[in-house]
Amino acid sequence: MAAENPKDLKYSKEHEWARVSGGSAVIGITHFAQDSLGDIVYVSIPGVGSNVRQFQKMGEVESVKAVSDLFSPLSGKVVERNEELLKNPETLNKAPFGGGWLIKVHLSDPAEIDNLMDAEAYDRHTADGH
Amino acid sequence: MSSGSTVLLRTRLYDAHVKSGAKLVPFAGWEMPVSYPQGIIAEVTSVRTGAGMFDVSHMGRLRVTGHGAVSFLGTVCSANVAGIRPGRSRYHLICNEAGGIIDDAIVYRLDDEECLLVVNAGNKKAVLEWMLPRAQKMGGVSITDTSSDFAMIAVQGPDAVGTVDRISNGGGSRIRPFQIGTIEVAGASMLAGRTGYTGEDGFEVMPASGVAIRVWDRLIAEGVMPCGLGARDVCRLEAGLMLHGVDMTVENNPYEAGLERFLYLDSPGYIAAEALRQIRDQGTRRTIAGFRVLERAIARHGYQVFQGESVVGVVTSGTHSPTLDADIGMGYFDRAFASPGTKLSIDVRGRRVSAEIVSLPFYARARA
Repeated sequence: MAAENPKDLKYSKEHEWARVSGGSAVIGITHFAQDSLGDIVYVSIPGVGSNVRQFQKMGEVESVKAVSDLFSPLSGKVVERNEELLKNPETLNKAPFGGGWLIKVHLSDPAEIDNLMDAEAYDRHTADGH
Repeated sequence: MSSGSTVLLRTRLYDAHVKSGAKLVPFAGWEMPVSYPQGIIAEVTSVRTGAGMFDVSHMGRLRVTGHGAVSFLGTVCSANVAGIRPGRSRYHLICNEAGGIIDDAIVYRLDDEECLLVVNAGNKKAVLEWMLPRAQKMGGVSITDTSSDFAMIAVQGPDAVGTVDRISNGGGSRIRPFQIGTIEVAGASMLAGRTGYTGEDGFEVMPASGVAIRVWDRLIAEGVMPCGLGARDVCRLEAGLMLHGVDMTVENNPYEAGLERFLYLDSPGYIAAEALRQIRDQGTRRTIAGFRVLERAIARHGYQVFQGESVVGVVTSGTHSPTLDADIGMGYFDRAFASPGTKLSIDVRGRRVSAEIVSLPFYARARA
């Protein structure tokens, strides 16, 4: 059942991922995160034009069971957000690494990428149930 | 997770849960499934449209026997136990001398001198501590904790009775709602109460521990979906049923908890009678009520409820109801603000969302 963590992504301890390309990054939450939350019913994410900061709260994701804060893995300005996801939050459960992406950010400090884990390190981070 | 020292109890169905890929969580000292891979929403849907089942073997099952059993239970339970005919059951409250709710429970009258009391897992110790010295003093009654002798599987949903009939050679439908009887499943006989905690028809089947897995597997083979504590919480809240420890505690009395219809104060020697009469005559400032959130947000346990700038209530339970596609909950409200139609606002993590008091239950099954 455990879905593979894609090798081309960077990961945070708080279970967000970033797909960096050029000066921007698409951000989402991992399979591990959606699986821990269970059925997701609401997603609250920042609008286009707002700024997010690395490891700071940027929104909330709420499942039947519980509500969790979302933390941005990187700093920057939001240039796109997944409007479809707001209408169909269950996409986060079905495709956390694909159609369940949250926002696209124009990075203000690409060096922050070094603060994130690669897939192998993230595998180890989640192996003991964190 | 770091707290490694607590030993959690496991039910006889633990291996079956692991095999099904259940997510297990600590609950009242037990390691219990909170959900299975299909997820809480699919589990709730199975209970509402087909049949789902819950392992509720963690609940306390106290067997109360002896020539004094029924009169003893009359002194500690809010039900008219003497008036329950053998083979029937009643939901009621176990209150202390001050009228505080120690637990809510179901008493099944098995025979003239034998009752089965089903209590919440987390309250079993408190119930026993309350009852044992009083039983000893009264005499003629013995209380045996049989919780580990039997599993308990709640099979619930519109197809539950038909499914139990198929595995028990028609034994299920011979037991009418709120009755308890014996059925034969997989070569073993066991008690089955036609009761539950979901708002649906169904049974709570009590196989001996040794055959529990066999019964569970028979039900799986019949297409019954295993459901966890998450779905159980959604189902009971949709049905307007309260959860002790969440919606009421020993600090609450049955009148403010809206449970006065489960009180019978005239059993000889009923310990809580005087306090309860006093509370009834004085009236209570607040009362439990249901609400619907009018925006997309879940109001959860402990969130404060406002009318303008005044706090007029507190949420005790809240969830997203997949059956109604609505955000629902219950809580305690000052009586002036507890009537259906009253508009209020709830502080959801710093954001005020609007809500409306509605009558309970949120969901009631269609009855034939």
